[in-house]
Amino acid sequence: MKKTFINAQVLVPEAKAPQPANVAIDGDRIVQIGGDKPSADHETVDCAGALLAPGIIDLGVFAIDKPAFHYGGVTRAALMPDQAPVLDLPAMIKHNASEGKPDLWSHPLAAATKALKGTELAEIGLMKKAGARAVATGRSWIADSGIMLKLLHYCRSLDMPVIVHSEDSGLTAGAVATAGETATRLGLSGAPASAEALSIARDIGLVRESGAHIHFRQVTTMQGLELIRAAKSEGLPVTCGITPAHLFLSDIAISEFRTFAKLSPPLRSEEDRQACLKAINDGTIDVISSGHDPRGPEDKRLPFAEAEFGMAGAETLLALSLNLVRDGLVGMPRLFELLSATPAKILGVDAGQITQGYEADLILIDPEAPWQVDTRKMAAAAGNTPFDKLPVQGRVRAIYKGGKAL
Amino acid sequence: MTIDQTGSPPTAGHQFPAGSDAFPHRHLLGIAGLQPWEILFLLKEAEQWVDLNRQSSKHVDRLDGLTVINAFFENSTRTLLSFEIAGKRMGADVVNMHAAQSSVKKGETLIDTAVTLNAMRADAIVIRHASSGAVQLIADKVDCPVLNAGDGSHEHPTQGLLDALTIQRRKGDISGLTITICGDVMHSRVARSNIYCLTTLGAKVRVCAPTSLLPAALDRMNVEAFSNFEQALDDADVVMMLRLQNERMNGDFIPSPREFHHLYGLTRERLALAKPDALVMHPGPMNRGVEISSDIADDLDRSAITEQVEMGVAVRMACLDVLTRRSRGVEGWS
Repeated sequence: MKKTFINAQVLVPEAKAPQPANVAIDGDRIVQIGGDKPSADHETVDCAGALLAPGIIDLGVFAIDKPAFHYGGVTRAALMPDQAPVLDLPAMIKHNASEGKPDLWSHPLAAATKALKGTELAEIGLMKKAGARAVATGRSWIADSGIMLKLLHYCRSLDMPVIVHSEDSGLTAGAVATAGETATRLGLSGAPASAEALSIARDIGLVRESGAHIHFRQVTTMQGLELIRAAKSEGLPVTCGITPAHLFLSDIAISEFRTFAKLSPPLRSEEDRQACLKAINDGTIDVISSGHDPRGPEDKRLPFAEAEFGMAGAETLLALSLNLVRDGLVGMPRLFELLSATPAKILGVDAGQITQGYEADLILIDPEAPWQVDTRKMAAAAGNTPFDKLPVQGRVRAIYKGGKAL
Repeated sequence: MTIDQTGSPPTAGHQFPAGSDAFPHRHLLGIAGLQPWEILFLLKEAEQWVDLNRQSSKHVDRLDGLTVINAFFENSTRTLLSFEIAGKRMGADVVNMHAAQSSVKKGETLIDTAVTLNAMRADAIVIRHASSGAVQLIADKVDCPVLNAGDGSHEHPTQGLLDALTIQRRKGDISGLTITICGDVMHSRVARSNIYCLTTLGAKVRVCAPTSLLPAALDRMNVEAFSNFEQALDDADVVMMLRLQNERMNGDFIPSPREFHHLYGLTRERLALAKPDALVMHPGPMNRGVEISSDIADDLDRSAITEQVEMGVAVRMACLDVLTRRSRGVEGWS
């Protein structure tokens, strides 16, 4: 099956802005970018001036939720090991790797330790053989530094990145929010924001020790980002990510005990939020992901402390991230490095950018199209978004996984 | 009448806005967000019930035919009793629901319990729950007024009101008084409701505890934080001691009860640092010899502790009366 997308504004790697170009695909691969005329044997897809971008690769989701992913332009998702049962055996990896195929590729992340307890290494090598492309500590931090160092040495030898959650568990025990005015007023147990920087500082020390690649899944504080910045300038193999929620909401969003804004890591102060925007702008942050975690009323319509953490984020990921372009913090090509190219590199897959020979995971976007987030009308398995009623811009008009229109 | 929002709030002798403008809220979930005159209106309303409660016949039929449910998801003796007496003295049919007897133990969600209580057509529901925000969650699901009788570490608004009434009756205008609140501020809903109530009424509020029991960003709540009890007591008009929960006394937050008493126990020597006529308060139940020594607690000249309990009934009568005025069709309360 051969296709050529014509009349598209194409996000070509390393270009400063989208370029008018034709993109030809053959089967599931991109074969040519540019070219004056589509070959006679190619079906043509007239993009009518829309933006042709690589499909989003959502690094670190908690559920495979195809309707939400397709609505949001996600063609691949890396599944966190915090499942029931935990993804800590090769069979679990194998099963979950085929979950969404062919129209969505799921990349299950191997649990770093058995049952994610942080005490014994899981069978990471066998899980790699079964299809795992990275290792993750899940929603928790490995508190024992000795275990963490062994994990990093082991993953270095297997050439697998380790995706970590960055909060010192001693400080966050029992906490449901960031310590600060909002938590104090609401009478909620809060952990100091420095719980993040403490854990990052230790892990950077262990990266220096082991040479393994750590991806800090969500870095949300000024202090944490400073440490990442310094580690990068030292040349250490570290990357980090964030979610749109931490870029566009502060902890004030949990006022009136709004459990849809109960996230892990929790929403931070306005000062930290501003630091996150700056870190997007200066390139400290490498990845934007949704942390997609659809939770129904049984998990969220509860007193704040008893409600589960997490938000349904996949379908708002693109529209919210486009605000960063409109606000002048990043250009469109850089945005798709954050959403697609860098997650692909971390997972080691030939996808996430419009490059000859890469997988034809493509989305056609109208970046200006207005719509309103509505918790009652979500494509996701549950409507737990803290962005309810927010007017946003940017919609996916068409999505192609491996060249096939969905 | 117009309310002067910049000057001092109206006191008990003043006029209040007519009808429901005096207290336009459907529920009483917390003190946070209440205007000074709304608090003073409730305090003024409570005065008549203080008088009634001191008579030999303590009954009016104001809430005749109304059903008040006390839904207590957390154990309580005095608050439950106080609400029960308040409802009964005004003629309401009062029903107590204890979590231990309810389907909560069988795994029913709080929302389902709320919907069930609502279907029984209560005219007011009084709720206590161990989790911050739980009372608001229920209030959003029911048609009748909800009174928060304490939710987690969040608020205990009738305690804030009864403390304000006690202070007002002993000291007059609350505005300008220096009030020291000492104890486990971090976990205390009593502390939060009192901070909101007393600062809204213009008092200078100090809080005192080891910093491990002080929550973050207290300066944003218009209070001054101390860790040295002697400094916090200096020249205070009112000293309010908080109960230290047993489970926090043995190595978790505090090494031992005797160490807490050594540093933060209210003794006669320490009380001498406050104003000579400083009032001593405690929401009860007291840990005698831990946060307060017995000779202070029992000194009727200094301690207002039993008076607080008395004011509690009056304040709760006022709240039940005011919040049910709409459903009872009282003129001006639409």
